[in-house]
This record gives sequence, structure tokens and C-alpha cells, in this order.
Amino acid sequence: MADLIVNGSALSIDEAGVDPHTTVLDFLRDRGLVGTKEGCAEGECGACAVALVREGPGGRTTYVPVNSCLTLLGSVLGGELITVEGVRPSAEALHPVQAAMVEAGGSQCGYCTPGFVVSMFAEYYRHERPAWDPEAIAGNLCRCTGYRPIRDAMRSLGAPAGDDRFLARLEQPAPRLGGLTQLRTRTEGPRRLLRPASLAELLDQLAATPEAKIIAGGTDVVVEVNQRHARWPVLISLEAVAELRRVELGDEQVEIGACVSLSDVEHRLDHALPLLDELFPLFSSRLIRNRATLGGNLVNASPIGDSPPALLALDAELELVSRAGSRVVALAEFFTGYRKTVLAPGEIVATIRVPRRAPTHAHFYKVSKRVLDDISTVAAAFALELDDGGTITKARLAYGGVAATPARARAAEDALLGRPWTRETVAAVEPLLASAFTPMTDHRGSADYRRAMTARLFEKFFHETAAGRRLGPQPPPVQHRVHSQGVRSS
Amino acid sequence: MTQVGKAIPHESAAGHVSGEALYTDDLLARFAAPLHAWPVLSPHAHARVVSIDAGAAEALPDVVKVLTASDVPGENEVGPARHDEPLFPDEVQFHNQAVAWVLAESVEAARAGAAAVAVDYEPLPAIVTMDQALAAQSFLTDPLTISSGEPAEALAAAPHSFSGELRLGGQEHFYLETQATIAAWDEAGEVFIHSSTQHPSETQEVVARVLGVPLRMVTCQSLRMGGAFGGKETQANPYAAVAAVGAHATARPVRVRLDRQLDMALTGKRHPFWARYRVGHDDEGRILALDLELYSDGGWSLDLSTPIMYRALFHCDNCYRIPNLRVVGRVLRTHKTSQTAFRGFGGPQGMVVIEDILDRVARAVARPGHEVRALNFYREGDRTHYGQLVRDAGRIERIWTSLRARADFGRRLAEVEAHNHANEHEKRGLAITPVRFGISFTASFFNQAGALVLVYRDGSIQVNHGGTEMGQGLHTKMLQIAADGLGVPLEAVRLMPTRTDKVPNTSATAASSGSDLNGAAVERACTQIRERLAGVAAAALGVAPGDVEFSEGRVRPFWQAEDPEAGLSFAELAGRAYIQRVPLFATGYYRTPKIHFDEQTGRGKPFHYFAYGAAITEVEVDGFTGQFSIRRVDILHDVGDSISPKVDIGQIEGGFIQGLGWLTSEELVWADDGRLATRGASTYKLPTLGECPEQFNIELLPSASEPSVVKGSKAVGEPPLMLAISAREALRAAVAAFAEPGVDAVELACPSTPEAVYWAIDRARARAVGRSAAE
Repeated sequence: MADLIVNGSALSIDEAGVDPHTTVLDFLRDRGLVGTKEGCAEGECGACAVALVREGPGGRTTYVPVNSCLTLLGSVLGGELITVEGVRPSAEALHPVQAAMVEAGGSQCGYCTPGFVVSMFAEYYRHERPAWDPEAIAGNLCRCTGYRPIRDAMRSLGAPAGDDRFLARLEQPAPRLGGLTQLRTRTEGPRRLLRPASLAELLDQLAATPEAKIIAGGTDVVVEVNQRHARWPVLISLEAVAELRRVELGDEQVEIGACVSLSDVEHRLDHALPLLDELFPLFSSRLIRNRATLGGNLVNASPIGDSPPALLALDAELELVSRAGSRVVALAEFFTGYRKTVLAPGEIVATIRVPRRAPTHAHFYKVSKRVLDDISTVAAAFALELDDGGTITKARLAYGGVAATPARARAAEDALLGRPWTRETVAAVEPLLASAFTPMTDHRGSADYRRAMTARLFEKFFHETAAGRRLGPQPPPVQHRVHSQGVRSS
Repeated sequence: MTQVGKAIPHESAAGHVSGEALYTDDLLARFAAPLHAWPVLSPHAHARVVSIDAGAAEALPDVVKVLTASDVPGENEVGPARHDEPLFPDEVQFHNQAVAWVLAESVEAARAGAAAVAVDYEPLPAIVTMDQALAAQSFLTDPLTISSGEPAEALAAAPHSFSGELRLGGQEHFYLETQATIAAWDEAGEVFIHSSTQHPSETQEVVARVLGVPLRMVTCQSLRMGGAFGGKETQANPYAAVAAVGAHATARPVRVRLDRQLDMALTGKRHPFWARYRVGHDDEGRILALDLELYSDGGWSLDLSTPIMYRALFHCDNCYRIPNLRVVGRVLRTHKTSQTAFRGFGGPQGMVVIEDILDRVARAVARPGHEVRALNFYREGDRTHYGQLVRDAGRIERIWTSLRARADFGRRLAEVEAHNHANEHEKRGLAITPVRFGISFTASFFNQAGALVLVYRDGSIQVNHGGTEMGQGLHTKMLQIAADGLGVPLEAVRLMPTRTDKVPNTSATAASSGSDLNGAAVERACTQIRERLAGVAAAALGVAPGDVEFSEGRVRPFWQAEDPEAGLSFAELAGRAYIQRVPLFATGYYRTPKIHFDEQTGRGKPFHYFAYGAAITEVEVDGFTGQFSIRRVDILHDVGDSISPKVDIGQIEGGFIQGLGWLTSEELVWADDGRLATRGASTYKLPTLGECPEQFNIELLPSASEPSVVKGSKAVGEPPLMLAISAREALRAAVAAFAEPGVDAVELACPSTPEAVYWAIDRARARAVGRSAAE
């Protein structure tokens, strides 16, 4: 038997009697905790949000809101979480977050409300919260209110009182997730979930079960579980592999463990890579970034992943490891075709290495139907280095959504070298950009639009560097998340 | 202190925020050994079902039964209007239509079972697009026509005229709670249906039909819905029917819950529309004549498409007097989901078209859009094209003037122009549009409602009424009306779940009419009880019954109304009444007076009254990508005397954002083979917090009492959705600004996604260039 601590009480789970594809959402609802709702089963609506109690950056215990529909039970077993039922302090009283939602008129049909409450709850207790982060609730969809009262509810909140028991919980350590030998079904042809506790154990398991499906954050794999009813005989969760969860800020480069959540990457980079600061707010939602990993986003090899264009523009390299040893591959050489990479069986991405030297000009762009929490129609990242005379000495023009893989426009990059960064130069390379890719038409956009964006985004980049400011609608201002710059909330 | 008019939170708000408010599927744990259902989906949009072999599926562990047409004891038919919807079809009419349902011990097993059912199909040619349907003359209705004046002659005589067309996308309801139902046998051997339905009486009727039993054998409860927006007016019925048939076949409780992908693939949406028109106007921009043709994409069956088309016909004038108007609407039949009710019910489609036309007229005469709109407003005494007097037409001008002043429209218009001159790549647009929306079901017989109010000996009260709660705050308003009706605090009243065994033969909670109809019924029930109790109180207090006042839980002579100790408590009075054998319960019934419409002549008074409003929206557009942001929205809306201001403001701003989604980010894409390509939240984009403008100012029109409606209020559910048309017009203004010195028309596709805006800019620039070359 293994335990999951839910709202302060341990729930026991028979590890030999549960399908490893079981999500935390289904588990909670089966156990009668029906306040947590399923709205979309693909991590877009946040109605299923629960707060994990986790060790955050700096070793401090933190509430981490996640989509329980995309979180496998096997990834969090042995851990602790809080559901909407646990937020209410007593039958007589509401939590300040709940009271604020009631007062502001933040619920109509009420179905999305538990998710908003959990997202807001976690934000309420965020360490050194200098201001409300609008992104805290940008991964929650509401179809009734139009959001204004929910936003007002969040803004009306003060800091937790000193004797707040949820604050007190953060003073205690979070459970450390160790390995899990296996979670399996009882039926014939059993399905298993393995959770290795070290890199060595992981590589051994991979060598033994090359057919295993690897789960990092699960934000893509579990969508397949829910929607396509995908089932694998063996799942391997990377949740407890410490070696994949490090971030090192060196003088020359940063090393990002493949399984660090994007939110943690954002915190721990501490603005070391300004281009990624532009990427993060446009990368899905806070609820997703609390689980999704850079490694997952790269290995997934989707042509519309958001991080590859930015990392390509920054000349990132990947360290790949297997039982046979490790090798380093430039990200530009990593993708070999639609959802294909150079990874060999039994091999994983361990680390993403990014040079720290900042380009003279660099920006990230994402064109989508919605500013926040959407999938790219086209994404682009541009990085230029200019010498003292203003001549282009290095150019990286990287795109997503225009080819079978994330890709650089190499002909245009070459054509830029040795030229001044002027309107004329942009005009000169535009034909090269227009013919660089042969994008497709799909439900996100037409081929013509994607082709147009390939050139127009680069033109926009020029105008922004000339104007010294970003042009057009921007995501809500991202506040500094650097701990040292914050003020303690209580 | 009266409860009506107080800005109180939603009656279930504490339950919502704590997760304690339950929805249909949350009740599952109360049923012993329920079965779970999963559909067998057709991979074709149109095909004959040659055979269904359930053998392999039924041999799987935990699969209990595969339901097919042979399991239906009654009629294999769930169509709400025309009986054209077989529950188990022998001919598939849209991609992913369910041809059979698998019942199993778990969802997991039911899904595996559905994959194991072998179905042999004979594919048939499918009509997917509206163009294909029109070419094939594939219709669900005859042409519906309303005509006034002499449109042909007036068009010929008009000094200026032009033609145009506009296509409008559909909209997925995306209620957060997907379709859900549980059917179980009760202790009397009758079937009890829990359903997330807006129309429990019709769900009851459809279940009785498929079971072949009288209505009295079926009880349906709608506890509360996690959103509906019209999507559960008829479309909850088939799933209740599947559950009922399954419960009949297995003698076990059956749960049907669609997940999001199923819900999007199987259920109907807002109708896509296609408008073609010719309009004539004078030099100043006055519309002289309009000849308008509307087609809607009804999908595979009729559903509510006829009244939806009628509402589009009734609203293609919006706030404007068009002296010569002919509008013809016809519903196309395609092999797609059966499109259905969605907040506004055809009204939004009609209104977008006329607003599109007005901007073109304004550009044609080179005048600001807001001036040309005001020039064409209805005035007091005017009649619509269907002959109804536009009562309170003066409110249009009053709202228009007041909103422009409040939102500083003139100054901001100048600022926007200055900004646009100074910025080559980012243009702003500012627009104001009005709304006039007719209130009543256009099928007159639906305009009735009932209530059942029960007072217990301890003075506590239960209120039942025929309306359902989907988040719109209906129960909150009913509590306020009941509390005032009996002079008690809100806490004394309990609002009961909507059930067909409490109030029979109810209408759908739809057409924004829920609180008008049910509120009047609740009030009438309360009035009867209060009058009886006044007699008891008068005798006890030694005063005349007419001098007794009920307030704050006490019953006192009116001259002692401030005295907390005077008179009797409501509880004491209820106890006395019981002893004296005075009945403590009453039914209330209401029907809307004096409404009718003659489809033959296209004349009548289909609406009891009109709700009015206007909105001003400011946008900014990125010329490189077509991406945009909503900078500010100001709304002034007419809800009469608000029964519940917090609820009403919530309806207005929520409706606006929902309309904004329809008009901008929410794009339904069907593949050539009829497959819905956008069938999840990752591909179909609702507004998020990011779309909510930082400045979002909502005000209720003051001094706007509506004397013919309960408590002087007005319906509020649907009208605000159409305020979002101001955002579309603002986008068109910004698009035009990229094409200095100007364009004669801005063609902007709907929904106006960034891509649509990008191409609109492209076209506008081309038109502007063409014009300057010609000059």
C-alpha cells in the first residue's frame, strides 16, 4: 500500500490494483472528492486544478497548482496535495480566497469555480508575492462571467494572516518523492508504471523495457491517454530522478535539467536568458508550466512546440544519455522529421545547455488565436549579433509551425551576414524567408498566412529593434519573480 | 428591507467556491453498481449502417450490453420538434454520430467495448458545406419571409445601392459541464432521470417516448447545470434517452457522461449563417431599402432551426427603421451536428449583418459610423418590418447619448485618430453599436410558467418553479421574489431542484424568459399564501387584513412596521394557520399576455417588450500579424428595475465576453469529410482572462422600470451577447485605418481571428491603393 496525502489525511492506494494510466482527477472523484471537476481532460480549462505540496526553488515548501486531469496518480503517489474541499477551513467559514470570490460575484454556474479557487489559493500563498500574477488564473477557463469579477476577487485579497494554517504548512518540509517499484493492474496482461529514483535506475529500466512510454510532466502524454485512449504496457515516470531536475547557472552557459518544470526554470534562471522571459508568458498557462518540462517539449518534437524556436535562436545543445554513455547534440541537429529525433532507444535528453552570451537583438514571437494559453499558428525567435560598426556577424532565424519540425531559415541567416541591420537588408532577405518553408493549412491557420508570417514577423523584429520597444498587443505584464526583489507578503 | 433589488451573490456561491455544489455527474456515487456508457462512433459523415456485430464487444470483461435499436421498447426517436432524429440510426447523418452505445462496469471497459463493436457501413455522398447544400437544394425548411413596404421598387429608386455578402461562423457552447445524465429505476418501478437539462419536461417527454410509457412514469430532475447557453435546451434529451433505454435493458442505473471531445463532436452548435443582400440608401446614409437573404446551416435534423431562423428575421433590423425591407430565411440541411439554440438564438446573426451593412453605408457616404447609425434609429411610434410597435424606442437614443458621454466617446475618437496618424504598424479602432432584443418565446405557447410554494408549520419555505439553474442566477432572483412575497429573510426560503413532479409541463429555461415567467408564477403563488395568512394575522392582531404587513419575518400592522417586537413572527403565524386549517401551499401560474405572430402574413406582436443596450469598444491591431487586444469596453444596458444587480451585471459582462469569443477567437473548422477538426479546448479557443479588457465598465440604465414584468424588471440573459458586435466594428475601424486615406468597405471575416484581421488589412490596403490609382 502507498499513501497520498489529500487535504491533510492519508489516502491508501493498493499499488497492485490500479491502472497506471489513472489520473489524479479520476482517483479523487472515485474517492468521493467530486469538487474537482473535469472540463476538458486536456489541461486547457483548469477546472480540475489541485495544489501539490512540493519542495520549490530554494528548498521551500510551496503550493504548486496543476491540472489533475494530466497528472498521473503514479507520478505523485507518496506526495501531498490539496483539493478545493481542503481549502475551506470549516463548515462555518470560507477561506479568504473563497469569500472574495463569493463577494465579487466570481461564480455563475460554478463549475469552473473550484479550479479558480485552487489556482488563486496557490497564488495567495506564493512566497514573497510582490503583486498578483495575472497568469495565476490564466489557465482557468470560465464560460459565464467574462473574468472581470474573478480578477477583482484576486486583486481584493490581502496577505495571509500570521496564524493561517496553510501558511504554517509551508514552514514544514514537503514530502520527498522517492522511487516507486511499480503501480500495476491486477488483470492479465498487466500495465505497469515504474518510477525510478535515480538516473542509473532509469537507464537500466529503459534498457530492459525499450517499449516503455516516458512521462516527464505528462502534459502531452496524458492528453493522449485521455483523448485517444492510448494505453501502454509500461510507463516510466521521471518524477523522482533528481539528476534531471537541476539548474546550473555557469558563467558561459546555463544547464537546465530536462525534467525541471518550466515554472521552476523560470524562477531559477533568474532572468539569465532574457529571450526565455519573453517565451514563458506565452507558453501555455501557469497550470501547465507547473508540470511541463523543457525536455518533454523538445523530445515531443512537435513542429508547434514553443520552446524550440527560442532555444534554436540561442544555439542550445542537448546532452543525451543512455547506458552506453553520453553525447552532446546541437538542438539544430536534434529534430529529424515530424515528431522524430536523433534519440536512440534507451536514450534520453538529460540536460539542455544554453550559452549565456546575449545576442545584440533577440525577440520571441507567437502568433495564435488567443494571446494567452494557446498553441502557436506560427512561432519565431530571432537573434542577431552586430559588430561595433552595426554589421550583422551572426543571425539565427528560428521558426515553429511552418515545417515538419522546428527549423531555422538558414539561407536567410547566411544572407544577413556582413550586411547592416537596415530596412533594406530586411527587404533583401524577405524573398528568402517567403520561400524558406512550405507550411500547411490546418485548423490553426492557412498555409498562406503562415508563409506571410514567416516574413512579416522578421519585419516586425526589425521595426521593434529600431523603435526600441515591442509593437502590438502584449501579454499581461509579467512581474518579476526573482525572490530577492520581492517583498515578503505577510 | 426588501430583497428584490439587492446586489446579493449567487444563491449557490458558497457551494461553488467550496466544491460542495453538486452537478448531475457528481451524484453517481449515490447509485449502486451503475453502468457507464460509451458510444460507437461512425467514421463517416453519411453512410448506411449495414450491420452491427456486438459479439466481440459483449465478450470483453466488464462489458455488460451493447445497446442498439432493438433495445428501444418505445419509439426510436428523440427529435424535439420534427420527429427526425432516430436515437439509433440506420443511416448515419454526421461524422461521429453514435450508432450504438456500450454499457460496461467502467468507462475504461465501455471504451474498449466500443472499439470492439464491428459496424459495417456503406458510405454515401456527404453534404458538408453550406455551398454544397445550396447547390444540392438541400433544405430543412421552406423559405421563411417577412416583407414590409415596397423593397424592389425602393431599391430601384434609391440614389445609391450596393450588394454584399457575409458569412458568420458557428459557436460551440463549451458549457464547462458536458452533457451528463443518470437514469435509475425508482422504488415504484418507474424511471427517474437526473439530467443536466434546460428543459426537464421535454427530457421527460423524450424519455417516455423511447420507453413507450406515459409521462407520469418518468420523473426528471435538473439539479443545476455547469453552464448551458442553449446547448442543453434540446440536446440533453438523447443522452437521457440512452440512459433510460440502458436502464430498461439492464435493470441497473446507467450513467451517460460525454467527455469534452464527444460533446463537441456529437452536440449541436450555434448556426453558421450566410447572408446575401442588396441595400439602398440616400446621400446622408439613411437606409431606404434592404433585400436580405439568410441561410443557416441547420446540420442533419431540424431541432430548433425554424424559430432560430425566425429570430434572425426578427432582428435583422436591430435598432434601425428600414422602411422597405424584405428578408427571406431558409435552413440548409448538411451532414453535420444538428445546430441548436445558443444564447441569442439567431438574433446575433441577424444583428451582425445589419451592423456590417451600416458601416458600409457610412463609408459609402463618408460619414462616421456612429452618425449614420443614429440617423437610422427607430423613433417612438415606429413599427418593425413585422408590424410590432417599437415600444420605448426613445431608449435607444437615450442610451446612445448617455453612453457616449460616460465613455468620453468624442475625445477618444480624436485620440484614436491621432494615435493612428503617429503609428504605422499599430492602429486603434473605436466603435459604438446598439442592441434591441425582443423578449418572449416566438412560439407563443411556451410563454407560460408554474410555481409551487410550500410553507411549513415552522414558517420555513420551499419554492419550486419550472425554471432551471445554469448559472444565470434564476434561482437567486426567485429567492428574492419569494422572500419579499412572504416578507421573510432569504434564509427562510429554500429553492428546490427543478423536477417534473413538482411543476408539470414546463417550458425550457430559454429565450431569456426564465425570471420573467417563473418570477411572476412564484410571486402569484406567494401572494395567495400571504393573502390567506393576512386573514389569520388580522384576526390574531385585531386589525383589518388589509392593514397587515409582512416584512423581515414578522407580520405586523403597517403602522408598527418599524417595531421589531410588534405583531407575530412569520413562524408563529404559520403555526396558527395550520391549526386553523388554512392551506399553507399554493401554485402560481403565469402566461405572457397579448403576444402572437402569423407566419403566413409575417405580421404580429411576437415580443412582449424589447431590451435595449449599447456598447463602446476600443481595440488595437498589430499590422504585422493581425493580432489585436481589447483596450476598453463601456456598456450601458437596460434591465428594467434590476431584481438582482450583481446577477444582472454578471450576465451583461459574461454575455459580452461570450459574444466576443464568437466574433473573434472561437473558430469551428470542419474538414472536407465532415469531421469536426476543432473538437477540444486545445483547438477551439474560448476567451481567457487575457481577453478581458482592463477597463470594463458596465452600467445599468437608470429609471427604466418595465411595468408589464414582475418587479419592473427586464430579461437579461441573451441581449448583452450582441453588445460584442461593437468589438467587431472597432476591429473594422482599425483595419480601415491601415488603408489611409480610406476604404469604401472593410471586409472582415467572422470569426475575426488574427488571420482574418490580417487578410482584412491586406484587402483594405489593396482597395485603398486601387482607389488612389483611379483618382
